[in-house]
Amino acid sequence: MAAGTLLSRIRLALWGLVAIAIFAAGALLLGNLQEAARQGASLPGAARLGGDFELVDHDGNAFSSQALKGKPHAIFFGFTHCPDICPTTLFEMTKHLDELGPKADTLKVLFVTVDPDRDTPEHLKTYLSAFDDRIVGLTGNEKQVASAIKAYRVFAEKVPTSDGDYTMNHTATVYLFDGKGTLASTLSWEEDENTRLAKLARLAERG
Amino acid sequence: MTKKLFAVVTLMLAGFTMAGLVQAQAEEKAATLKIEKPWTRVTPPGAKVAAGFVTITNTGSEADRLVGATASLSKHVEVHEMSMKDGVMRMQEVADGIEIAPGATVVLQPGGYHMMFMELSASPKVGEPVKGTLKFAKAGELPIVFAVAPLGAKSLDGGGKMTDSQKKDEMDHGSHHMKH
Repeated sequence: MAAGTLLSRIRLALWGLVAIAIFAAGALLLGNLQEAARQGASLPGAARLGGDFELVDHDGNAFSSQALKGKPHAIFFGFTHCPDICPTTLFEMTKHLDELGPKADTLKVLFVTVDPDRDTPEHLKTYLSAFDDRIVGLTGNEKQVASAIKAYRVFAEKVPTSDGDYTMNHTATVYLFDGKGTLASTLSWEEDENTRLAKLARLAERG
Repeated sequence: MTKKLFAVVTLMLAGFTMAGLVQAQAEEKAATLKIEKPWTRVTPPGAKVAAGFVTITNTGSEADRLVGATASLSKHVEVHEMSMKDGVMRMQEVADGIEIAPGATVVLQPGGYHMMFMELSASPKVGEPVKGTLKFAKAGELPIVFAVAPLGAKSLDGGGKMTDSQKKDEMDHGSHHMKH
């Protein structure tokens, strides 16, 4: 009888230890999460977005994702035969970069075309001349652009118009990556201007 | 010979009368549509497309449809609808046009319905209003003048940097009620 009590006591003590271990592990994890949140946490699933690409900038020079190593950057996709969202996004971005002034010099801002057939480097250069010169236009051959679209999990499709031409449906979100290449935040078209500006300022500061 | 001449004159007169009747009918219908603030905006250099916007109110008792438009600096214009879902921007040609029910107001504005000016021959410039027309299924083709807002403007009245000349331009041409 005495042996049985002893065993059940040991069992109880062991369970107690297990509980303490779980509690300690939980606290540690929570601490880490809080620390991460304080530093400006990355978004869920962030690790899967982005990746290596080889494109051509609006000056006709090769531009690879290597150039983004260690640099906070904003990247968004669009095309120049776009009547509304692309020029508006570029215009808003220009305004924000202007407001941030030299603070934004650490940021790289990339506009990747989803329409490489029509958006040649020369055409992108002309088009972007109306916007902040820190914005880099990127294009490439069809394969290069397709692989960048895939890496960033961007949606892009051609839509024929009645005149035999076409327009594009595409993801319009602006992705903000920190210097480590982790997705830090996004900007959206519906968002308040000040929110967008604050996010860009935070990204520039965070590096 | 005289008979032939007489026949030609009669036919011509009949033709004119009919044209006049058709015209009068179109104008009668047009009187039920109030067209306000037709506007477009400056495009980035080299852009081949621009967007046109307008507010249309049907003050009549019969529904009409906006089926097309023209703009002097565009080879052709299509009526499109833009939508945003899950961060994806989609553009769709509105094949049957936009219905304007009696008493309804339809606003073509950034982020929604717009006229897509295709194959631009020149970029719209602030202070240089763009002549055009709106084509309705019943009211026919009505002349309008698009005021030009600056690059990035989200509306004709605000959102962009307005110059004095542009404000004047808007006053002169922006609000353009159809009175026939």
